[in-house]
Amino acid sequence: MGLIDNINKLFDHRIRLGIMSILMVNQEVDFNRLKELLNVTDGNLASHTKTLEKAEYIKIEKSFIGKKPNTRYTATPLGKLSFKKHIEALENLIKNQ
Amino acid sequence: MESKKYLEDISQIKDMMNRSSRFISLSGLSGILAGIYAITGAILTYMFLLPKGDYVVLHSWNFRMIIGVLIAVAVLSLVTAYLLTSKKARKNNEKVWDETSKRLLINFLIPLVTGGVYILIKLNSQHYGLTGSLMLIFYGLALVNASKYTIGNVKYLGYAEIILGLICAALPGYGFWFWILGFGVLHIIYGSLIYFKEEKA
Repeated sequence: MGLIDNINKLFDHRIRLGIMSILMVNQEVDFNRLKELLNVTDGNLASHTKTLEKAEYIKIEKSFIGKKPNTRYTATPLGKLSFKKHIEALENLIKNQ
Repeated sequence: MESKKYLEDISQIKDMMNRSSRFISLSGLSGILAGIYAITGAILTYMFLLPKGDYVVLHSWNFRMIIGVLIAVAVLSLVTAYLLTSKKARKNNEKVWDETSKRLLINFLIPLVTGGVYILIKLNSQHYGLTGSLMLIFYGLALVNASKYTIGNVKYLGYAEIILGLICAALPGYGFWFWILGFGVLHIIYGSLIYFKEEKA
């Protein structure tokens, strides 16, 4: 059919989908904010952000605020484009039902 | 079965986008009320404080009262917006004060405070002819700047205020009426549009 082709497997997961949605509309989001919005555990969030980073969909920047480590996330242009395609694919699938 | 999952995905995306840039839920009612405060303030000013056929003299009693009315309108509008928005947030189980709202507020305040200080400096050197126009323009810029941190369409209100401010600058002497149009009428129109959209949702 070809319709399913555009569905991105990487976004086929609730938490990764949530991370990308948040990064689409926010320039930069830190770890705690993501955790709070998505309501997930540290380990869970870290593993999903790593997956997205490996695909070069998001960029992870680590720094320190005082002594506290601070990790911030941004979506890359590639990530944004892929996510847009994914949304379009979802919309097409629903329309064609 | 599959299609239900995709629908859920879409609604999850929408929910996350909205919640992470949350101040779109600035309540429409607060826009309507801000417009009403502005018009009430303007009517009071027109009836009691504007000397007939004369200019307002700087540092006179009238002038101070007008500034007082302006501040009262601004404070009332902000307090109303805050109260109604936090009520709405509580209803949706969200926090009012978080990263997004802080960023939104800072980006809103930078052009607004710049404009406010600029107007005060100008007033001090007796240049009050363009006050209405400057208020509209800087307020519009503040809205456009803040709108980057929302998904809503506050930026269109911002564009409208800027255009109105520019027209006002080209037509000296009508500042008062443009002020009513920008801060009163536009707020009521915009607030009503949002309000009815909220009701439908």
